[in-house]
Amino acid sequence: MLAQILQQLPQQLLNGLVLGSTYALFALGFTLMFGVLGVINLTYGFYFSTGAFLALYATKGLGLPIGLALPGAAVLTGLIAVLFDAALLTPLRRKKAPELASLMVTLGATLLLYTLMTALFGTEIRRLPPAVISHAAITLGDVRMNMSQILIMVTTVLIVLALLSLIRFTRLGLAMRALAENGEAAQLMGVNTDAVVWLVSFISGALGSAAGVLIGLNFNAIQPYMGETMMLKGFAVIIIGGLGDIRGALVAGILIGVLEVLTAGFISSNLKDAVGFVLLVATLWFRPVGLFGRAPVKRA
Amino acid sequence: MNKPTLAVSVLALAAAAAIWAVPAKADDVTIGAIEILTGPNARYGVAIKNGFDLALGEVNKAGVLGGKKLVIQYEDSAGNKDQAVNGARKLIGLAKVPLLLGPTISNEMFAVGPVANQQKVPIVGTSTTAAGITAIGSYVFRTSLPESDVIPVTLKAAQAKFGIKKVAVMYANDDAFSKSGYDVFKATLDKLGIQILTTETFGSKDSDFSAQLTKIKSLNPDAIVVSALVEPASGILLGARAIGIDPKVRFIGGNGFNSPKLGDIAGEAADGTLVGSPWFIAKDDAANTKFVTDYRAKYKEDPDQFAAQAYDTLHIVADAINKAGAADSEKIKTALQATKSTGVMGPFSFTADRDPADTSGVVVIEMKGGKFQILK
Repeated sequence: MLAQILQQLPQQLLNGLVLGSTYALFALGFTLMFGVLGVINLTYGFYFSTGAFLALYATKGLGLPIGLALPGAAVLTGLIAVLFDAALLTPLRRKKAPELASLMVTLGATLLLYTLMTALFGTEIRRLPPAVISHAAITLGDVRMNMSQILIMVTTVLIVLALLSLIRFTRLGLAMRALAENGEAAQLMGVNTDAVVWLVSFISGALGSAAGVLIGLNFNAIQPYMGETMMLKGFAVIIIGGLGDIRGALVAGILIGVLEVLTAGFISSNLKDAVGFVLLVATLWFRPVGLFGRAPVKRA
Repeated sequence: MNKPTLAVSVLALAAAAAIWAVPAKADDVTIGAIEILTGPNARYGVAIKNGFDLALGEVNKAGVLGGKKLVIQYEDSAGNKDQAVNGARKLIGLAKVPLLLGPTISNEMFAVGPVANQQKVPIVGTSTTAAGITAIGSYVFRTSLPESDVIPVTLKAAQAKFGIKKVAVMYANDDAFSKSGYDVFKATLDKLGIQILTTETFGSKDSDFSAQLTKIKSLNPDAIVVSALVEPASGILLGARAIGIDPKVRFIGGNGFNSPKLGDIAGEAADGTLVGSPWFIAKDDAANTKFVTDYRAKYKEDPDQFAAQAYDTLHIVADAINKAGAADSEKIKTALQATKSTGVMGPFSFTADRDPADTSGVVVIEMKGGKFQILK
C-alpha cells in the first residue's frame, strides 16, 4: 500500500501543480479586475470561453500556428473587455452607483453572452486541432508531462512576475495602485483614471483569454460554458488568496489544485470538489482577508 | 354560452371530425403514431417516422388483413408530454385507432402509456429505454432494448475475447444516466466474477481526470469501465493516453460512448474502446443490408438506431395485425405478445412483461482510427 502511494506521489503532485496552475492562471485577471477596479466582474468567465473559441477559429479555420493564435485571441478579447467595461461599468462608475449595481449588470451581461455563444456554436464540446502542439510525453523517472502542461506552468509563473513588476516598478503600476486606493484622489492628482481603467480591463480580458487557450490546449474540452465552470473555482481562489492579490491567486490556486488531486488520488474522488470549499470556509473563519490580504487597505 | 356560439362550435367539431375521417378509407387499417416531429429533439422523431414509412411501403405491397392498406396517422408531440397525451386522446377517441406507436422519449411514455392502457389500446414504444416503462400496464410494449440488456453483452464479449479479469470503474456521480449505467456495470461485473480494483467518480462537467487516472494506472487494470456521457468520456480517453496508460488497456463504455463524436474529439486516443449497441449500420446480414440501401435511396442519408428500431417495429406490428385477423385492440395485443420474428436488429420476441426478450442482435463495436466498426 505504502509502496503504491510512493510510486504515485510524484505524478500526483505534478497533476496537482498543473491543475493548480490552471486555477491560478484563470484567477489572475479576475483578481486584478477586482483589486484595481473594485468590481466583481462576472463577464470574466466569458473572456475565458471567448479566448478558447477565437483560438479554435484561428487554428482550425485560418490554419494559424498556436504561437500566433494565442496572442491574437488575447488582444482581441482584451479589446472586447474594454468595450464591455466602457458600455456597462463606466456609466455606473460616473454615477457612483452602489457595488451591487455592477454585480447585477455583469451578471445580466454574462447570461446574455453565454446564451448568444451557445446559439452560435451549440453546447457540444470541441477540441483544438491535435497538430497545434506536440502531445508527446516527456518522461522524468516515473513522472510524465507534456508540452501544454509545461506551457501552463511556465506561463503562469511568467505572468505573475510580469504583473508584480508592472504594479511595483512602473508609472502605470503607480497609477493603478492610486486608483485602487482612492479613485477620486487619483484623478485630482492628475491620473487619467479612464485610461487606467480601460488598460486594466484590457490586461484582465487578455489574461482570461490566454488562460482559456492554454487550458483548452491541455484539456481539449472547449464549449461556451467552460468559463462558467471555472468561475466557481476562480472565486474560491481569489477569496482564499486575498481579494485583489496577485501572489495570493498564485499560491491559493496551486494549493487548491494540489489538495484536490491528492484527495482524489489517495482518499476518494467523491471528495475532490469539496476541497476548495472546505479551504474557502476555513479561510473565511480564520483569516477572512485571505492568505495575503491586508484589510482594510485595498491592494493591487 | 349563447346558442349561436354553441351551434358554431358543434359545426366546427363536425368539420374537424370530417377532416379526420377523410384520409382513411373505410377499408383501410389506420394505426396511430405519436412522435417528436418538430422542435429541438425532432431529429429522433423524424428518424423514427422515416423508419416507419420505409417499412410501411414494404408492408403495403401485399397489404394487411387480406389486401387492406395499412395507414399511419401521425401526431406531433414536439417533445411535450401534454401534447403527446392530447395526440393519444385524439387518435384513440376520434380516429379510433386499434394500436399506437411511440411516443419518442421515455418521459412522454410515462404520460401517454397510462392513457392508452386505460382505454385498452396497445401502445408500442420504439425508442423508450428508461426503467419501468412496461410496468405502466399490460397494454404497454416496447421494442427498444434497455441499457441493462446491452451492457452485459458488452462485458461478456470483453471477458471472452480479451480475458479481462480485473478492471477499474469510473462514472459521473452527478448525472442520473451515468449513475444508472454504473449500477448495471457493477452488477454485471460482480456476476461475471470480474474484480473491481477501484471505483472512481468525477463531475460530468469536469475536464481534468488526471488524479483518478494516475491512481488507476498504478493499479494495472486489464480494462477501464466508464459510464459517462460522450463529453467527459472523450476527456477521459485523452487524459488516459496523456498520463501514459498503456493503449492495450481497453476502455469499455455504456451507451454514452455510442456516438461518432467520441472519435471526432478523442481521435486515436479512443482506439480500442468497446461499446455495445442494439443495432449497427455495418451489420452485414441480408435484412440489414437491404434496409440500409433502401433507406439511403429514399432519404439520401444514413439510417440511425432510431430508424432501425422503428423499421423493425412496424413489421412486427403489421404481422400482429395479420395474425389477429382483425383491426381489434384485444386481438392485436394477444398477437403482439406471441411475436416471433427476425428483423434488422436480429431475432425478436417479447418477454411476459412486454420487453424485448432477445439480446442476440446486440453488436459489440470497437473504435478504430476514429470510427466504430464491428468487433471481430
